[in-house]
Amino acid sequence: MNTTSMLIAGFGGQGILFTGKFLAYKGLVEDKEVSWLPSYGPEMRGGTASCSVITSDTPVGSPIVSSPDILIAMNLPSLDKYEDSVVPGGKIFVDSTLIDRKVKRTDVDVYYIPATQLASDNDMPTLANMIIAGKVLAVTDGFSDESVNAALKKVISAKRADMLETNLRAMTIGAEN
Amino acid sequence: MVVFEKPKALADVQLHYCPGCTHGIVHRLVAEVIDELGIEGRTIGIAPVGCSVMAYNYFNCDMIEAAHGRAPAVATGVKRSDPENNIVFTYQGDGDLASIGMAETVHAAARNENITIIFINNAIYGMTGGQMAPTSLPGQVTQTSPYGRDTDHCGFPIRVCEMLSTLEGPEYLERVTVNNVKAVKNAKKAIKKAFQNQLDGKGFSLVEVVSTCPTNWGMTPKKALEWIDEKMLPYYPLGVYKDRSAAKEEASK
Amino acid sequence: MSDKVLMKGNEAIAEAAIIAGCRHYFGYPITPQTEVAAYMAKKMPKIGGTFLQAESEIAAINMVYGVSSTGKRVMTSSSSPGISLKGEGISYLAGADLPALLINVQRGGPGLGGIQPSQSDYFQATKGTAHGDFHMIVLAPCSVQEMADLTVKGFDLADKYRMTTMILADGTMGQMMEPVSLDYEIAPPVEKPWATTGTKMERKHNIVNSLSLVPEELEKLNFERYERYKKIEETECMYEEYMMEDAEICVTAFGIAARVSKNAINEARKQGIKVGLIRPITLWPFPKAPYKAAAEKVKEVISVELNMGQMIEDVKLATECKVPVTLCNRAGGMIPSPEQVLEAIKKAAKGGTK
Repeated sequence: MNTTSMLIAGFGGQGILFTGKFLAYKGLVEDKEVSWLPSYGPEMRGGTASCSVITSDTPVGSPIVSSPDILIAMNLPSLDKYEDSVVPGGKIFVDSTLIDRKVKRTDVDVYYIPATQLASDNDMPTLANMIIAGKVLAVTDGFSDESVNAALKKVISAKRADMLETNLRAMTIGAEN
Repeated sequence: MVVFEKPKALADVQLHYCPGCTHGIVHRLVAEVIDELGIEGRTIGIAPVGCSVMAYNYFNCDMIEAAHGRAPAVATGVKRSDPENNIVFTYQGDGDLASIGMAETVHAAARNENITIIFINNAIYGMTGGQMAPTSLPGQVTQTSPYGRDTDHCGFPIRVCEMLSTLEGPEYLERVTVNNVKAVKNAKKAIKKAFQNQLDGKGFSLVEVVSTCPTNWGMTPKKALEWIDEKMLPYYPLGVYKDRSAAKEEASK
Repeated sequence: MSDKVLMKGNEAIAEAAIIAGCRHYFGYPITPQTEVAAYMAKKMPKIGGTFLQAESEIAAINMVYGVSSTGKRVMTSSSSPGISLKGEGISYLAGADLPALLINVQRGGPGLGGIQPSQSDYFQATKGTAHGDFHMIVLAPCSVQEMADLTVKGFDLADKYRMTTMILADGTMGQMMEPVSLDYEIAPPVEKPWATTGTKMERKHNIVNSLSLVPEELEKLNFERYERYKKIEETECMYEEYMMEDAEICVTAFGIAARVSKNAINEARKQGIKVGLIRPITLWPFPKAPYKAAAEKVKEVISVELNMGQMIEDVKLATECKVPVTLCNRAGGMIPSPEQVLEAIKKAAKGGTK
């Protein structure tokens, strides 16, 4: 039985829910059971946003992730709030452009990615989220173009197909960082 | 030769209304119009809560009994379930239409919902025994305004046609009465137009009928008819308050 | 799995309703169910259906009443405070024996309350929606797939018994995405000779009505309606049992609480505690049989709820007070954690509250 629970958190507008959706779809195209649960309500409008994603070989129980295997923190309040909830041996991915402190935990693997900086350097200012997602895949499942492409096609609407290539590029940048 | 008979759309039953009440006249006018337009088989009427609550027994077309004030919302559902075929009318009193159901009335008008509303304004709650209505006149004595309607305390009566005429939505708004033969003829003309508008797809048409309630006004039927001229019409002037198609025609001349 | 798509629970309800033949939707905005309305607003105009944003929940339920009177499938959706407003119309639907589908994506109350997930409308849905003697069929989904499946089922039940079916969901069920398959065989429409579709001058007029001023007649209508309810109680109960075969402790929960409980049960089993779950899917009719059976073999029943203890009353009645029934709950928009449920299970295993 293999279950991975992920918590993605940051500001509203950073593409938190989109990242979660992508990771959920990636699970789906790989024939896994998945769930995706967003935070909702006024906190979304400019405040913090988070979403829980679970992928599993067996049916997903509670869709609420309170002790994530993987935490993606896209801003400082998110790291402050969720750092302690990560399971021992879990992984924390930090956007080090926006978070200037180090992770205090010593029982987890930490990856610092200057995602917002990389996004801006590569002329894709809105894709810091996908740069981190690329890193997550590289570190966990291994980065396979095939399933990434298939999942991206599910989350990017046909109308915006031109964004597919850019998203893939962002993820490659993240994976190689 | 038959010179007078019951309209076919009116059921052959005894109405429960009080002697001298004008509901009977208006029921008859609605039924005559349904007959003349030949629409009984596709008409669905909505009865309100109030004295005309049992109107569903009095018309031969399909009828629905609505919750208090909600007839325009129910009518919206019925109309939209088959807009090409259904002819939908509501028959509502002043408490139903202008108090508890004001939101439903205003919004159906604002949407120009293609329905016909017959609005009986007799300035009182009849069925519950004569309480103050949203259209009771200043100074009018009722069970719940025993010293006369005090406008400082409970505000002023609402002129529905005037108020709705400020909206872009509605097609046709007219106030009529039925306290003499000429007025009855004119009321029928207005009611027929309100149904014809629906057949023509023109939209929301409301006819306000200034009516009597001899029982709760505490008057003889004759005195009640006179009271309409003396007291009601000065506050509720008769006339067409909106007729979009006519106005358009006028403008294009 | 290529036929499965990821959908939010609210969207799954909307799409399933359309597949079930619903072409009329009326609603008023309220969190956390707005995706149902948004989906309908997008889809209905393209398939010849009607989406209308009503001026209030009261108007919306009465528009539902209007369409239902004409015999067509119709629905509305809302969240807790909005359902209170619809209560009047729901009672009238019951009194006029009209079918309709209602969705309640619950949030914490009372009053304006909050917008986070809750199950605090259990009493309202199953016992006291509005004035008068009546019931609704109440279905409680615990996955996005069930949100869709029970929507289709809900329309069928509503038409079959001429009554309203409510889907009692909560904020998590509405907002979460899971893979869904929307492959249904839709039953042919039920004949509705009572509908007010216009007489076409071919029959006596139909009257849709809930007024009955003669008490003897109104009593008769009530007794007849309850005969129908009795039949539903006998034939339409739905529930799921999980690891109950050898269970010594029984957890019971519906909706999101059941999913949290399953996590806790799996963990407890790893620790050697024999615990299982009864998950009612119909909250009305409440499935008494599995509880009656459980009461003969378990030493405690734990009711896990997102409220101050509402379903627990039905659990106590169904177990006939033969075993202790305890409450494990959070309220106001909070959700019990698997750890909290696990603690309750462990306490019961030790002899706990007995």
